[in-house]
Amino acid sequence: MKHLYAWSAVACIVLTSTAGDVLLSRAMKQVGDVAELRRRSGLAHVLGRILRNPNFVIAILAMATAFYAMLFGLSWADVSLVVPASTSLTFVSNAAAAKIFLHERVDHRRWLAALFVAGGVILLAL
Amino acid sequence: MTFPKYLVLVGVAVFAVTGDSLVSRAMKQLGGVSLHHLAGIILVVFRPEIALGVLFLLAFFACYMAALSWADLTYVLPTTSISFILLTLVAKFMLHENVSLARWLGVVMISIGVGFVTQGPSLTPQPRSKHSHDRLAAPISARTEL
Repeated sequence: MKHLYAWSAVACIVLTSTAGDVLLSRAMKQVGDVAELRRRSGLAHVLGRILRNPNFVIAILAMATAFYAMLFGLSWADVSLVVPASTSLTFVSNAAAAKIFLHERVDHRRWLAALFVAGGVILLAL
Repeated sequence: MTFPKYLVLVGVAVFAVTGDSLVSRAMKQLGGVSLHHLAGIILVVFRPEIALGVLFLLAFFACYMAALSWADLTYVLPTTSISFILLTLVAKFMLHENVSLARWLGVVMISIGVGFVTQGPSLTPQPRSKHSHDRLAAPISARTEL
C-alpha cells in the first residue's frame, strides 16, 4: 500500500511540475523578451506584466503543489526513489507537454536530449 | 543566441546549485524540522545561511523566467541540467565525496543530452496568425511588428 502512495506522489509531482513549467513558459512568452522590455519600459513595468499574467499565477500554484507533493512523497518513500523518478519523468513529460500545449518543434534532437538527461539523472541517484 | 543569453542559462545552473547546496547544508546543521511546529518552519528562513540560499534560489528563478521569455521550454530544461554535472564536480573536488562509476556515467549522459539540444535553434518560430490570441503568444518583438 505504501508503494502505491509513493508512486501516486511521484505521478502528482510529475503532473503538477509539468503543468507549472508549461504555464510559466506560456506566461513568459506572452510577456515577451524581458531584457528588451526592461530596456524599453523599466523593471517595474516588466514585474507588473509578469505578476498580472494569469498563467504565471497558476504556474506558481502548480509548482507549490508539486513541492508539497514532494514532501508527502518523501514521507512515504526513500529520497533515492522519489527524487530521481520524479525529476527524470518530468524531463520526458515536459517534452511531450511542450509539443502538445506550446506547439514547440520537438525534433528527434530534443527528444534524445530529454531521454539522455532523464537517464543521466537516474544514474546520478544510484 | 547571444553571449548574455548564454550567461543567463549558466546563471540558472549555477544559482540553482549554490542555493540548493546552501539550504541543504544549513538544514543538516539545524537538524530535523517538524511539520507540527509551523512557526519554526517559517522562522527558519531568517537564519543567515538559509536566507542567503533563498536569495540564490530567487536569482535562479529570475534567470529561469528570463530564459523562458526568449527560448523554448524543451531548450531551457535540458540545457540547464548542467547543474547536475556541476553538483557532481563540487561533490568530488570540493566536498571530496566518493563519486561512483554510475554517477560519472550519468554525468556523461547528461552532457550528451545538453550537447544534442544546444546544436539546434533555441526558439520555435511562431507562425503569423490573424487570431489575436496567437499574436499574444508571439515574442514581443514580433508582436510590435504586427
